[in-house]
Amino acid sequence: MQLQTYYLACALLSLLILYGISLMSKVETAVKGNYLNSIAVTLAIIITIIYFDIFPQKSVLYVILVCMAIGVIIGLYLTKKVEMIQMPQLVALLNGIGGAASLIVGGCTIFVASSKFESITSIIALIIGTITLTGSLIAAAKLSNRISVKPIIWKFHQTIIVISIIILLIIITSFIIINNLPILLLAVITFILSGLLGIAIVIRVGGADMPITISLLNSFSGVAGSICGMAIGDILLVSVGGIVGASGLILTQIMCKSMNSSILKIFQGKTTTKNSVEEESVIVRNDNNEDVKDDKEVEKKSTEKELTAYEVLSQAKKVIIVPGYGMALAQAQHLVKQLADALEGNGAEVKYAIHPVAGRMPGHMNVLLCEVDIEYEKLYEMDDINDEFSSCDVCIVVGANDVLNPAAREAEGTPIYGMPILNVDQSKYIIFCNYDLKPGYAGIENPLYKRKNNVSLLLGDASETLQSLLNELNEELKEKVE
Amino acid sequence: MSSVVLVLIFIVATLCGYKLIKNVPSLLHTPLMSGMNALSGITILGGITTVSVIANKYNLLLSSIFGGLAIILAMVNVAGGFGVTHRMLKMFDKKGAK
Repeated sequence: MQLQTYYLACALLSLLILYGISLMSKVETAVKGNYLNSIAVTLAIIITIIYFDIFPQKSVLYVILVCMAIGVIIGLYLTKKVEMIQMPQLVALLNGIGGAASLIVGGCTIFVASSKFESITSIIALIIGTITLTGSLIAAAKLSNRISVKPIIWKFHQTIIVISIIILLIIITSFIIINNLPILLLAVITFILSGLLGIAIVIRVGGADMPITISLLNSFSGVAGSICGMAIGDILLVSVGGIVGASGLILTQIMCKSMNSSILKIFQGKTTTKNSVEEESVIVRNDNNEDVKDDKEVEKKSTEKELTAYEVLSQAKKVIIVPGYGMALAQAQHLVKQLADALEGNGAEVKYAIHPVAGRMPGHMNVLLCEVDIEYEKLYEMDDINDEFSSCDVCIVVGANDVLNPAAREAEGTPIYGMPILNVDQSKYIIFCNYDLKPGYAGIENPLYKRKNNVSLLLGDASETLQSLLNELNEELKEKVE
Repeated sequence: MSSVVLVLIFIVATLCGYKLIKNVPSLLHTPLMSGMNALSGITILGGITTVSVIANKYNLLLSSIFGGLAIILAMVNVAGGFGVTHRMLKMFDKKGAK
């Protein structure tokens, strides 16, 4: 293939991919965009094989084709097998696999590099690829509960991170200054240190900060690929990797903004702190809850209150449902849909308010709710629905806490202070279907739990509490008809 | 390919991607991420290059082990990423058609 033809093809394919991505910004065209992207990648593979003149080298060609076939089989198997609930860990895992591919390519290229630029970029690709791999594996393990979702902090954690970074920087610099380095040794050291760095950074991140972590690793997997492309001089790899990196970066920014946090804070494990609004919540505490000492008693109280919960629901004209990670954990999305159907059958308007960081990855709640046939038009972003809480009759919170904790507005100095929240506190009546009354991940008590009137706390597994709520509502509605 | 051009391509692609992806609503963020997973499988091009370069410079076995592994991993990304994205998007779109 001629060089010009190859460059032209690369440029066209990059444009095709950009067009595919722009199609992915609307639900109606997104499927098409995805097809387009997959076609573009397939074409890119074919063009690369032709450009490197691999067709005549039969043995090399066979190796490539067999490996591709194996990859496709594994990939399609994953596609078929995975459930929507496992999506966060799958995305994390795929990030890691992408990182692993870059680390291998980067690692191999170091040995065949013919210029300084090539050897430096390949060592950087090796570093970023390895960090992405180990970081994503830890994230996937955390998301599937194989290791604790709580931040794990080692002795000398910060020291380990700082020293690794310094040594890695020294290695990169030495590639710039010195010729004839012991490449194999340095590559192995780089691999080990970057791997350690990836683990050290992600293991200190807690569950609620996972959306940011996944987004950032997503970005890394793209950047790793892009730098790999620089090392081997592949334009397509550089451009597509850059696009992926940008996408991850945008998501990271959105997530950070929605949590009023910064990447640095999160990767320093600084988000869980002790409860500093305790005093305030004592003042808010009212007669009704004075003797509450443990969850069981609260539960007893809540069963008394339940009487009113479904009565209120049966009269509601406008209901907003706020889902959170608790809904995913309890697999309660089907019941949410049934409850919404019952309410709509009763003439109520049902909307869903989705906080950007609800769940464990960007868009997590949307996927779960769409899976159970809830129309996506009813899913509202925070800014679009926040003004409607004051006009809704009932707000049903399913396994969400920090994203609606009013303490974020007032309690200065707490981790969630300044974080934009859903204005659940403005609604006329709130039903909580939460597991317990413990402060959320941020460690801040929710003053809404202590509110005197118009709050109903249904504690326990969201599936069970929603089921009982649904049963009672159905009976109430039946009586009404009779 | 000169290194300056490559870095320039990186910058331009990142900026274009940034502009376009900003328009994706949060509703579609999960499919976007898995779609990007699939695209990051473009590293397969690097795998292919590695196989051919190492096969020529060292030997086929070495290139098959490393390059082959890279190709398998990247292909898992491509196939798995696009497959899962398709599944999710169809889930969304089905509701739109109703």
